[in-house]
Amino acid sequence: MTTWLLRRILQALLIVGAMSVTVFVAVNVIGDPVEVLISPEATQEERARLIASLGLDQPLWKQYLNFVSDALRGSLGNSFVYNEPALGLVFSRLPATLELAVLALLIAILVGIPLGLYAGLNPDSKASKTIMAGSILGFSLPTFWVGLVMIMVFAVQLGWLPSSGRGQTVEVFGVRWSFLTADGLQHMLLPAVNLALFKLSMVLRLTRAGTRETLSMDFVKFARAKGLKPARVIGVHVLKNIMIPIVTVLGLELGSLIAFAVVTETIFDWPGMGKLIVDSIYVLDRPVIVAYLMMIVLLFVTLNLIVDILYSVLDPRVRLESRT
Amino acid sequence: MTVTSVTDRNSPTLEVQDLKTHFFLKGGVLRAVDGVSFTVGRGKILGLVGESGSGKSITGFSIIGLIDPPGRITSGRILFRDRDLSKLSEKEMRQLRGNRIAMIFQDPMMTLNPVLRIDTQMVEAVLAHDKISKQEARARARDALGMVGIPSPEERLSAYPHQLSGGMRQRVAIAISMLHQPDLIIADEPTTALDVTIQAQILAEVQKLARDHGTALIWITHDLSVVAGLADEVAVMYAGRIVEQGNVDSVLDRSLHPYTHGLIGSVPSQNRARKRLVQIPGMTPNLLDLPPGCAFRSRCAHADMACEQDPPITTPEPNHALRCFHPQREYAA
Amino acid sequence: MSIGADTELSAPVIPPSVSKRHEESALRAFWQQFASSKLALTGLVVFGMIAVAAVLAPWIAPQNPYDLTQISIMDSRLAPGETSMDGYTYWLGTDDQGRDMVSAMLYGLRISLLVGVGSAVLACIFGSCLGLFAGYVGGWVESLIMRIVDLFLSFPAILVALMILAFLGNGVMNVVLAIIVVEWAYYSRAVRGTALVERQREYIEAAECLVLPPRRILFRHLMPNCLPPLIVIATMQVARAISLEATLSFLGLGVPITEPSLGLLIANGYQYMLSGRYWISFYPGVALLITIVSINLVGDHLRDILNPRNQR
Repeated sequence: MTTWLLRRILQALLIVGAMSVTVFVAVNVIGDPVEVLISPEATQEERARLIASLGLDQPLWKQYLNFVSDALRGSLGNSFVYNEPALGLVFSRLPATLELAVLALLIAILVGIPLGLYAGLNPDSKASKTIMAGSILGFSLPTFWVGLVMIMVFAVQLGWLPSSGRGQTVEVFGVRWSFLTADGLQHMLLPAVNLALFKLSMVLRLTRAGTRETLSMDFVKFARAKGLKPARVIGVHVLKNIMIPIVTVLGLELGSLIAFAVVTETIFDWPGMGKLIVDSIYVLDRPVIVAYLMMIVLLFVTLNLIVDILYSVLDPRVRLESRT
Repeated sequence: MTVTSVTDRNSPTLEVQDLKTHFFLKGGVLRAVDGVSFTVGRGKILGLVGESGSGKSITGFSIIGLIDPPGRITSGRILFRDRDLSKLSEKEMRQLRGNRIAMIFQDPMMTLNPVLRIDTQMVEAVLAHDKISKQEARARARDALGMVGIPSPEERLSAYPHQLSGGMRQRVAIAISMLHQPDLIIADEPTTALDVTIQAQILAEVQKLARDHGTALIWITHDLSVVAGLADEVAVMYAGRIVEQGNVDSVLDRSLHPYTHGLIGSVPSQNRARKRLVQIPGMTPNLLDLPPGCAFRSRCAHADMACEQDPPITTPEPNHALRCFHPQREYAA
Repeated sequence: MSIGADTELSAPVIPPSVSKRHEESALRAFWQQFASSKLALTGLVVFGMIAVAAVLAPWIAPQNPYDLTQISIMDSRLAPGETSMDGYTYWLGTDDQGRDMVSAMLYGLRISLLVGVGSAVLACIFGSCLGLFAGYVGGWVESLIMRIVDLFLSFPAILVALMILAFLGNGVMNVVLAIIVVEWAYYSRAVRGTALVERQREYIEAAECLVLPPRRILFRHLMPNCLPPLIVIATMQVARAISLEATLSFLGLGVPITEPSLGLLIANGYQYMLSGRYWISFYPGVALLITIVSINLVGDHLRDILNPRNQR
């Protein structure tokens, strides 16, 4: 188990390293921040001074080494725009994105799994067919357009829910959270539902497919032949089997939700990492882009690792193999 | 034979009368079981024999009430200790399942839930029918494992199915079926997937358990040699119907139906060593909208015009019934 | 689902040298099975109509929305059904520059479909060739390619596309490139999976014994068997590509203003939405939605009938 874990961690570090090179090269070779940051009217002298102060005049490999050694010390340079540490900037926006993504994931799970289970257990009923048709709609609808329609209906026409911002926040452990206040929750609801919609359809379809497949297994029939109540057959025998792939997928989906929050945050003016990155791309605020990317890479690699471990805890078959 | 209780001395454990289980598919009606009748007495073993698709497994599932749509028992009676199972509600049926009637499945790799431990799967089976504490249920599970010849049962209880061999798993499944000392066990090809040596061990154990507890047993198989050594009675199924049935000795020694001949001819045996094995030509017919008449006639060397009618049931000797127009004394290759 | 049609299709090996006759009857059986779902059939018809409308846009659109002589700023932001000064009725209203929404949408659809279908096809060609190659060659080359595939699949599409466009800048070709980078891995994975299974089969061994050139084995023997999963993925990926393009354009990182797709039209109307002029954003969104849903309906049903696990 420990050797397996060590190997997995080593693999993860390798990916982070490879990604850091990719990110760095992509940023430096393709974009030219000088053009964006320095106004065309600036004199030659001003240009040279700025380039030197940003370290852009050094050779690429040296820039990379600086970048890595700085990164290991937790510094990815200052934002060109805000003139504060980029990593700190990204970190300060992380809680907003995180709470949005987690709430969206919860909505997707709490609505998607029961609906998928129902559709899987009663594949031919009218309700199931409606659910399945709805799920096609769910993953066909472009997130940004649904967001617009939601604002139009619930914020503009009906005036029930606010359409932008985080609302009132509460500080816990030095971090501001919205989900702890009623006003904050109100502000979260629309963006969270918007973000959840796509994943909800996915969870629903996954649950349905898993249920259908598991139901046809002999062990389900055997469980019924033992005289167990349907609640136990479904709640224990079926559910435990389908939860394994679902948990695996969902762990990774939290990462993709954080990434997809880019769109939702832009529409609902939610001050998270996603909004920050879109704004930074517009002005090519290179350190912020790099900090965001490294953060996401780290997040994904960590999530992958957690999911792998979780998977081996859940599935006895994997657990045994990884031990030996 | 062991002691019989006073109340049901005379009535058999199970009496199936003209059972029909049909599947209503888009392409038509599939008559998987089409008028099957047999009885199984206390402590007796009935061998239900046929090729795959002959309806023998569906017969078993019909008895235990596990036919799922689009399948349905359309007619017939299943008298289990004088109660008609086909008339029971799902709840009443559930109280019998695993309790008075148990089933063992073909593939031991698939019958145990891979993500639940053995004890979970056994304890839940005990608690489904008896209101006792978890500790007591676990003790009972352990005893049951010991009874079917599993060494160090306490350790096995906390194992996961994949940690056990196929033979072990089938023993666990048999132990589960024996937990409530049922009156009837339906065993659906329980040894087909196992090695021959394991198969023999399990056969011997099951036979002993059935005799000791007076449990009636329906042994579903395609293997006549298993039936010969195990069963008291045998019923040969073909395309949803029983074509020949009766006492195991009279049916196997003096078989009359050409299909039964074919089955016996295809079993390799010592006394007929070096002789050519006989093959039944052709394939099982498509059961979807099967035309009336003898279903075997397309593969039968003796078929003629008469076989386009349904053959009546005849009894050429006591306890030996037949559904054929042209009974054959000797085998024809 | 009829059993007869099922068995017809589930014969997993389409022998390399099927006779024309056999091919035709298999096609007919496939079509019958496809037509068994009214929903999927509707999807196909609707998508067909949308595609025709997009192709014919210059001829059927009431005006050329990018010909400045044909539009008048006086007509800007008219509500659906309102009539302009010179008596022309705008059924879906006009946008902030006075362009007829119907015409703008037809032209936008053209770009959306071009980018969506074009990038999906290119991604399919690139991805499946690589997957086929990996599955056929095996060894360390295969594991290297599959590692890269896994890496690409583990990062969310929107993020990768966003980064590429952030560095490359706007433009139709850049969007196409970004979508290819995002999507190719799906094809590789599917094709390699099928190729792995088929590689074990006897007919490939036979072809190798005959010393047929690898190119022939790859494309004449392996490729046809990879087609069913490819068709399903390609259908779904076209929908995804259209959606992704719209999202990127909405964020202002996709197609340029001069070639507005549906996504850009939606973005243009965004600012007017809060003041109640919903139509500028709403109707392009509906067009986008119908397009994507119709493709997904077809793809969903295709997956059901082409999935060997659903056939017994």
